[in-house]
Amino acid sequence: MSSRLFVILIPLIVIAIFAILSWRDTRNNPDPTRKGFFDRNGTVLGLVFIALVGFWMLFLVVLPYLYMVVESFHPKLSPSKRGGPDDVLTLMQYKSFFIEPLSGDMNTIHMWAFGYTIVISLIVTALNFAICYPLAYYMAQTGTARKVRLLMLALIIPYWVNEILRAFSLRLLLASKGLINQMLMGVGLTDAPIDFLGNNVGLFVGLSYAYLLIMVFPLYNAIESLDRNQIEAAHDLGAPWWKIHRDVVIPYAKPGIASGCTMVFMLSAGSLAAPQFLGGPNTLWFTSVVYDFFFQSFNWPRGAAYAFVLLSACIAFVMIVLRLFKVSLGETIK
Amino acid sequence: MSASVELDHVTVKFGQFTAVKDAALEIRGGEFFSFLGPSGCGKTTILRTVSGFLEPTDGAVRIAGQDMAGIGPNKRPTALIFQNLALFPLMSVADNITYGLRVRGMSSGERARKADELLELIALPGQGKKLVSELSGGQKQRVAIARALAVQPKVLLLDEPLSALDLKLRQHMRAELRAIQQQVGITFIYITHDQGEALTMSDRIAVMSDGVIQQIGDGRSVYDAPDTAFVASFVGENNAFAGQITHADADSAVVQTDFGPLRGRNPKALKPGDRAVLFIRPEDLIPVTGAADSTLSSYVTNVSFEGNMTHVYLNGQGAREISMSIGRQGGTDVPQKGAVTPLSYHASNAIVLPEGTMARE
Repeated sequence: MSSRLFVILIPLIVIAIFAILSWRDTRNNPDPTRKGFFDRNGTVLGLVFIALVGFWMLFLVVLPYLYMVVESFHPKLSPSKRGGPDDVLTLMQYKSFFIEPLSGDMNTIHMWAFGYTIVISLIVTALNFAICYPLAYYMAQTGTARKVRLLMLALIIPYWVNEILRAFSLRLLLASKGLINQMLMGVGLTDAPIDFLGNNVGLFVGLSYAYLLIMVFPLYNAIESLDRNQIEAAHDLGAPWWKIHRDVVIPYAKPGIASGCTMVFMLSAGSLAAPQFLGGPNTLWFTSVVYDFFFQSFNWPRGAAYAFVLLSACIAFVMIVLRLFKVSLGETIK
Repeated sequence: MSASVELDHVTVKFGQFTAVKDAALEIRGGEFFSFLGPSGCGKTTILRTVSGFLEPTDGAVRIAGQDMAGIGPNKRPTALIFQNLALFPLMSVADNITYGLRVRGMSSGERARKADELLELIALPGQGKKLVSELSGGQKQRVAIARALAVQPKVLLLDEPLSALDLKLRQHMRAELRAIQQQVGITFIYITHDQGEALTMSDRIAVMSDGVIQQIGDGRSVYDAPDTAFVASFVGENNAFAGQITHADADSAVVQTDFGPLRGRNPKALKPGDRAVLFIRPEDLIPVTGAADSTLSSYVTNVSFEGNMTHVYLNGQGAREISMSIGRQGGTDVPQKGAVTPLSYHASNAIVLPEGTMARE
C-alpha cells in the first residue's frame, strides 16, 4: 500500500523542488523587464493554463509512468493477494532479465533480444542518417522551391497510410513470391527467390522508411538556416564538396543531427509493427518481449521492468550522443 | 603575384533574363578595379562569373591568360570577400583565417604561424583564439580580408564588403583596403553601388547599368567626362536639362531646354535637331553677380548647411528642381530661401550628351 502512495507523493515533491529552484533562480538573477506569469495572462487564464498543463503532465504522463515504475518493483500477484503480505518491494523482475527465475540459468534469450534490438536500431539510425542527410541538404540548400514542395509531398503523403498497412505492403513487395523477387527472376538476375524477409532486409527497409520523416525534418530545419554564403565561402577558399560538409554544414547542423538520430533510435528500438511483420523468423525484437509479458502472460511487473531496462538504455544512448556532439538537450528541441 | 583578368565578350543569362550583356574588358595585373552601378545592374553577376560560381552563357573569362571555363571556384586563383563576410561562426578567428590552408593540407603548426602573420597584417595580433562573434564590425571585416589573403590569391574579389559599416568606419576601411592592396600587390576587383568608394579607391572604374558596361575609365574621367547620360546622372550629383540641340559645332552645343538655350561641351559631336541632355554639376553653378556665359533664372526653395558646403535647392521654369552647392572657400554669398537668384555657369563645365536612360533618384 505504502509504495503506491509514493506514486502520488513523488510528483508533488518533485514539483515542489522545481518550484523552489525556479524561485531561487529568479531571486538570484532578477530580470526587471520580466513580467510574472499571472501579470501576463491574468489570474483566471493563468490558473486555467496551470490546471490544464498540470493535469496533462500529472495524469497523462507522470502518474502512468510512475505507476509502471512501482509495478516493476513488485512480484506478480493475483488481484486478491495485492496489498497482502506477499506484496513486497523486490528487484526480482529486473533480476529475471539476467537470470531466468524458474531454471536459474542465464536469460540469454532476452538479453540477446535486447542487444539485438539496440544494435539493429543503431544500424537503422545510421542508415536513416545516410539517406536523409543528402535529401535534407538538397531540400534546404540546392532545390528550387517547386521541387522541394513536390519532394515534401512525396515524403509526407505515404505517412497518411497507417503503419501496419505500410509494413504489410512492404512484406508483399519483399516476399519470396513478391513483386521484387519476380522482377529479379524475370530479368534473370537470380534463379531462386532471395529471402529478403529472412535475412532482415525487410526489417531494415521497414524501420528506415518508418522514421524517415523523423530524421528528415530536424536535419532540414537545421540546414535550412545555414547562410548559403558560408558554403560558397568554403568552396571559394578551396574546399572540395566533402570538406564543405565536414567543416561547415555538419558542425552547423549538429543540433538537428543529434535530435534526428536520438528520436529515430528511440522510436526504432521501441517499435512493434515493423519488426513483427518484416523481421525474419529468428528476429526477436525486445518490444515484442515486453508486449508478450503484458498481453500474453499478463505479467505486468516483469513487462514493466523490461520496458524500463529498454528505456534506460535509450536514455543512456541519448546522453552519449548529446555528449559526443557537444549539444545540450535544449538545443535539440529548438 | 598578381594576374590580369580578361572578360572576353561575356554574356550571362538566367533563363530569359540577361544579367550581363557582352562585357568586354581587361583588368591589368595589380590593378584596383571597381564595378560601379545600382543594385540589379549585373555587377555581382560579373563577380560570381570571375570567381567561378557562374559560368558565362557566352564568351570567356581568362585569368592570367588562362581560360577558366569548367574550373570551379575552389580551383581558381581568386578569393572572394562576401557582402555579409560569411565568416564561419563556429570557428575561432585563427581557424577562420587559415581555413583555406587547412583544406590544402597545411600542418597545424605552420597554420598557427601563418595565422599570427596575417593577424599582424590586419592589426589584430593575439586575437586568434577569439570567436568571430566577439569581434566588432570593422574587426570582422579585417578577418574576412585576412581569410581571403591567406590562400594567396592572384585576384581578390570584393562584393560590397563595406556596406554594413557605419560612415566613419567605412571611410577608414577605404584607406585601409587601398593600403593593403598596395602592400600585397595583387589584383583587386571591387563591386559597389557607392560612387564615393569607387572614386576614392580605384585605379579604374567600370560603370554598369542594366547589364551593360557604360564606361570604363579612371575616377576623374568618369566624373568629368561621362560617356552616357546614365554615367553623368549616376556618378556624383548632377543637374540634367533635356531638350533639343539648336546649334552645334566641334566644341560646344546649345540645347533648347525649359530654361531657354543652354550651352555646354559637345564631346559626342551631336548635331542640331538631336535630342540631348545637358548636365551641370551642383558645384559648377554660381549665383550671378556680373556678366556670365549662360544664365538660368530661379528662386531658392531650400538651403541646407552641410558643414563643408551648403546645398541650395532651387526651382526654375517648369518647376524643375536644381541643386547647387557652394563651398566655403568661394567667398560667394549663400542666397536666402525665397530669394530670386539667377544662376550661371561656365559652358566648359557643362556637358551635352545624347538622351538615354538616367539613374533613378
